[in-house]
Amino acid sequence: MKTLKDVATVIRSKNAGPYELTFDVLFPDITTYERVVESGVVNAQSVSQLYGIPLEDVKGIIHFAPALAIKVTIKRPRVSGNLGESDVYGAQQHAPFLTLAIN
Amino acid sequence: MSTDVIRVLSPTAILGYGFPVASFEDGLSRNPDVIAVDAGSTDPGPYYLGAGVSFTDRQAVKRDLEYLLIAGRSRKIPVLIGSAGGAGARPHLDWCVDIVKEIFEEQKLSGRLAIIPSDISAEVVLEALEEQWIERVPSGPELFSEAVEASTFIVAQIGEEPIMAALEKGADVVICGRSYDPSVFAALPILRGFSRALALHMGKILECAAIAAIPGSGSDCMLGTLDHDGFVLEALNPERACTVTSVAAHTLYEKSDPRLLPGPGGALDLTDCRFEALDDRRVRVTGTRFVPTQDYFVKLEGARPIGYRTVSIAGARSPDFIEALDNILDGVRQQVRNNFPEVQEDDATLLFHVYGRNGVMQALEPETKVNPHEIGLVIEAVAKTQASANTICSFARSSLLHFGYPGRLSTAGNLAFPYSPSDFQAGAVFQFSIYHLMAIADPVSRFPFELLDLEVAS
Repeated sequence: MKTLKDVATVIRSKNAGPYELTFDVLFPDITTYERVVESGVVNAQSVSQLYGIPLEDVKGIIHFAPALAIKVTIKRPRVSGNLGESDVYGAQQHAPFLTLAIN
Repeated sequence: MSTDVIRVLSPTAILGYGFPVASFEDGLSRNPDVIAVDAGSTDPGPYYLGAGVSFTDRQAVKRDLEYLLIAGRSRKIPVLIGSAGGAGARPHLDWCVDIVKEIFEEQKLSGRLAIIPSDISAEVVLEALEEQWIERVPSGPELFSEAVEASTFIVAQIGEEPIMAALEKGADVVICGRSYDPSVFAALPILRGFSRALALHMGKILECAAIAAIPGSGSDCMLGTLDHDGFVLEALNPERACTVTSVAAHTLYEKSDPRLLPGPGGALDLTDCRFEALDDRRVRVTGTRFVPTQDYFVKLEGARPIGYRTVSIAGARSPDFIEALDNILDGVRQQVRNNFPEVQEDDATLLFHVYGRNGVMQALEPETKVNPHEIGLVIEAVAKTQASANTICSFARSSLLHFGYPGRLSTAGNLAFPYSPSDFQAGAVFQFSIYHLMAIADPVSRFPFELLDLEVAS
């Protein structure tokens, strides 16, 4: 079975301000991009399961064709830099997406 | 110079991140109308704003500024610096102004220096709170007066308007407090009558310099050429190229929605935006719109102190210890709580970061059934005073080192310390107290600038 890392060229996470984490999944060509978008594997339900977070903490799933990208935004578990922080920049929260199975 | 196009040179993603001299000189050979650079970010976290300290190094910032100021003054083009000192509060601004003055003196430069502070007093924010001029941002909390009063510094991200006002008064160098990243790139084009939407969108990409190219770099130069219908982006290092995908992908970077990018006074709407390749190395962007908001909002940022931190770093290799770790850490927490009432009363916090298990992702980590052969531990204590943080960290470290547990084979000590001393004082700890929008009446008069004539010392 193929996973997202087999077909994507970039899978990354980063803060979008101190309250949100945003994930970008970029594809090499329009065919791959459309195939993954149409498969619908990246959705609010699957993201909430991947990260073990409530559905309402998934703030957006955006398909952005000009960049051949799917963007996912979730609420940060804590405000960036608050007590208990483990990733101030939010740059290492992407790994669960790597092994997301695609049809 | 033709008024049909305007060229903006962006030397580096963050002032102090550097750039190859060859790229910069190539940029100058293209006759830029302005050199603009962004120096700031909230990415490095609340400490730098709260403590009034720059996250970039003074020598590195001075190195970059020397090239920018010498080029700007010899070519008689403005040099615009946004978010001075990283966080852009008064101490950061003064720090950057000091470096600029030093360079003017050493290099025998002269010119008019505009300084635009963007600090907002607690009184102004409290009044705005009272008048309901404060709004939340998505996923952000409500703002309460207690958080405003506790903040050491509060800044607003200024728009392009105060910079345009300084340029109109003849400023050759403008140093801004905290500013919306695209502002310094868009100010001169907008002043010269170019589209606000296109100028801001170009600034949005230029502010990260060559990060929008492929291969990307935060330490290399980009050139933006704006006309009345669109703009062209070009990486100045021949080893990098701007492609449709690299530029469009950059539009996503650090943003929750790439189609609508809110900023001071309104939002960039990229819904009908087109990215097209002019050749292998240049991309042209058209179709960006600017949608003004009814009220003019600026983003406020504030940070407050919450105590002092001490950390200790150690590793462990005993399989029995690693297996029993959760119970052991609970036991240590209990011992610390029994010995130090401040931890009981929540005046102090003891935390363990377990690398090799969930040190990076904590609650978000889906791999919960791992069996690492070794782990890394960071013991962290945060308390009201540094002395108290030291005590709690030290006590937790020694308790953990000698903690007895069922099945323990390695009775001489549970931890491997890479360092002596094993504990590190990390100083004051801050957290973001404000990250909200505030409506203001006038974006120019709210942020008056100081204008200084810097003469060559005789």
